Amino acid sequence: MSLLPLFITVILASVIGLFTQVRWRSWSLLVASIFFIYWLQPGLPIRHLDFWLPTACLSLVIYSWLLTHPKESPFTRSDLVTGLVISLVMLLIGSTRYIDALCCLTPTPPPTLPLVTVAIISIALIALLLYLIKPGNNYWIYGFSFLILIIFIILKAEAASKLVSMTLRSINNQSVSLASGLDIRWLGFSYIAFRLLHTLRDRISGKLPGLPLQEYLIYVIFFPAITAGPIDRIQRFVEDLHQPAKLSLEMAIQGGRRILLGIFFKFVLADSLAIIALNEANSLQVNSAGWLWVMLYAFALRIFFDFSGYTDIAIGLGNLLGIRLPENFDKPYFKPNLTLFWNSWHITLASWFRAYFFNPLTRALRSRPANLPLPSIIFIGQLSTFLLIGLWHGITWNFAIWGAWHGVGLFVHNRWSDLARSKGLFFESPPLVKKFVTITGTLLTFHYVTLGWVWFVLSTPEQSWRTFLKLFSIG
Amino acid sequence: MIDVDKLGASFWKKVMMKGLGLFLAVNFIFGFFNPIRTLGSISAYNLLFPGRTRLPFGERPEQAYNLSLYSLEAMFASHEITGKKPANEYRIILIGDSSVWGYLLKPEETLAASINSANLQTGKNRVMRAYNLGYPTMSLAKDLLILSYAMRYEPDLIIWSVTLESFPTQKQLESPIVQNNPSPVRDLIDQYSLMIDPADPRFTRGNFLDATLIGQRRALADMFRLQLYGVMWAASGIDQFYPQVYDPPQEDLDPDETFQGFHPPVLNPADLSFDVLDAGHTMAGIIPVIFVNEPIYISHGENSELRYNFFYPRWAYDQYRQIFTHRCQEYHWHCLDEWNLVPGAEFTNSAIHLTPYGTGLFASSIEKAILQLIQP
Repeated sequence: MSLLPLFITVILASVIGLFTQVRWRSWSLLVASIFFIYWLQPGLPIRHLDFWLPTACLSLVIYSWLLTHPKESPFTRSDLVTGLVISLVMLLIGSTRYIDALCCLTPTPPPTLPLVTVAIISIALIALLLYLIKPGNNYWIYGFSFLILIIFIILKAEAASKLVSMTLRSINNQSVSLASGLDIRWLGFSYIAFRLLHTLRDRISGKLPGLPLQEYLIYVIFFPAITAGPIDRIQRFVEDLHQPAKLSLEMAIQGGRRILLGIFFKFVLADSLAIIALNEANSLQVNSAGWLWVMLYAFALRIFFDFSGYTDIAIGLGNLLGIRLPENFDKPYFKPNLTLFWNSWHITLASWFRAYFFNPLTRALRSRPANLPLPSIIFIGQLSTFLLIGLWHGITWNFAIWGAWHGVGLFVHNRWSDLARSKGLFFESPPLVKKFVTITGTLLTFHYVTLGWVWFVLSTPEQSWRTFLKLFSIG
Repeated sequence: MIDVDKLGASFWKKVMMKGLGLFLAVNFIFGFFNPIRTLGSISAYNLLFPGRTRLPFGERPEQAYNLSLYSLEAMFASHEITGKKPANEYRIILIGDSSVWGYLLKPEETLAASINSANLQTGKNRVMRAYNLGYPTMSLAKDLLILSYAMRYEPDLIIWSVTLESFPTQKQLESPIVQNNPSPVRDLIDQYSLMIDPADPRFTRGNFLDATLIGQRRALADMFRLQLYGVMWAASGIDQFYPQVYDPPQEDLDPDETFQGFHPPVLNPADLSFDVLDAGHTMAGIIPVIFVNEPIYISHGENSELRYNFFYPRWAYDQYRQIFTHRCQEYHWHCLDEWNLVPGAEFTNSAIHLTPYGTGLFASSIEKAILQLIQP
């Protein structure tokens, strides 16, 4: 997001926070969030895809809501009104095609109104079908979760997204030879998928309360958090949504400060550091190990300020709207070990994987008759969790290695902690020694994480390896 | 929790007024003291990272690790010439257009670098060191502006490479760096009675608002980015984007005999800014100046009997050379006419941009001229 859309977003959030009552706030958030997913969706070369992807997003949310809605909770008039509001907003966005002064909210002109209408009717018919079937068993939920994962894989694997691009291009009579994996960029789908999977999983485990469509939809596509998170839990999010949320001075000050801090982090620090941060091209051009370290440090700081800056903006906007989004960063580079680092870097993502992958997996491994030793269970759990976190960024060898780098690092730290605890190392040490251990641990952790970014930022293991050698002046 | 409603209008009014007051005060102070030139001279170049071997210029900063800006203070502060002059150095400065700057050439392939690679020495064992102060736009006024700044760095010899395209009087203010430095250019016009209108609308018109922090935000951002790109310059030695492919100089030419609006058969010397060269010579004082008519590409394609190349019809260029030679003789200037020195194959993407080999040829002829001048 650039500064102008951000400015508009802040104004909008302030207006909603200041002038809308609780009831109308939810409706305002719903309409604003729907507008935002269309408005912020990047322009795509495939005809109308930048309209259809947000539309597909809305339909997925509606179907997910239908599948997670408890059978015993009846649907209300509010749900129907929400459906109508969604349709109206879609029609409104579609109609900008015909209004020169407004064209276009979407990056390219939207499809014709008859086509948009057909899409709305199709979505409604599928929703009606789901409603009539009222699938009671969890297979439908598993199936839907699988569908989300498949979409996710298509978006993250370049070969798969290129294949989809070729198919869509041929349907649209566009040049297939120009197809690229970058043709299918879906705004915020990673975060949308996490939120949907969270609700689907919680529905299976019975933790998800029955919610109106309006609140479910706001949770999934809440506009301040659509592009870069954080990933809130729906139960907590909805609590805030129910609070009387007239913007207080404290909230406004808190929100304003976080937004300003986020702008400074993102647009001043991160964007400046981007000039000197390690990247694919300059990793080949640099001619000394010293400067390569400078560039690598710059990348480490840049990614932090970029990501945490966006999070600050999201949290600040949330404050203006009366929604306290969870923190995502807590001085991660000042942590004395890798475990604490991952408790303070992209906190909500790590928590999500802990809750929905690591814990169930380790529980399952412990209960197996094979009775694996604890270190093996931890190793398998941490390695596979971080492999998945790596692949979440993109299905490439380098992201997998980056994940493994952290999985192995966490395992080593886990074993070291156990050993230190069992031998009583450093427990009785004088404060100066403890301080020294903490400082050394912080430096080691920072450098381990920073070296890991080499895998993250470069595209191939060969180039990453060459960069490693160059960093240590080898070869 | 304090409710916003209960604070009342006076609270918000105070907040707004204080914020506005602070904003205006900071901008007023900045505008009043106008510290942009001082700020421009603050640089990490020659301190944290090596000075650039040529003046900052770049149309694709992300790939070139270089950018174009208008602050001559910042440009010079980033250049290696700003470093302390060694006692045994015989300092040669080269000014001119993109062929001197070294378009498509690596820093070690430019004209200045080629001269330096010859390791020339004066009779008094001073090491000759050439500095590249070329800048890629074609205007003698731009060269004079750069020379006026370069004089601070104690040159022992000035080499000014020129070509007809830089001479037309109406082109003198075409360079953005000239337009955006109205005050020093007007000083030059005034001091040397140049035939340039100081009220020309192409000069940027700065008012007080332009001098404020808000007005200068772009200039400040450029200066800051120049410092950041210093890291990449130090790390990679790259200061230019090199395209994989480029079009060679045009071989087949249009049957057009006009040049910059001038028609054959006579090129009027008054239409050419020799007064700017004269100003440069006067500015140099006792420091010797060599004016060099730089090599051009000579086409052999269609209509080459009418034109030498894309830039020049034959009649205009031939007359320009005569005027140039005559002026050199009349004013006793040290001049060198190397218009046809470099074979056609040694040009890159324009009629004045040379390959490394072509640059080497050009450098050899200049080296000879330097040696003749200082060791007669």
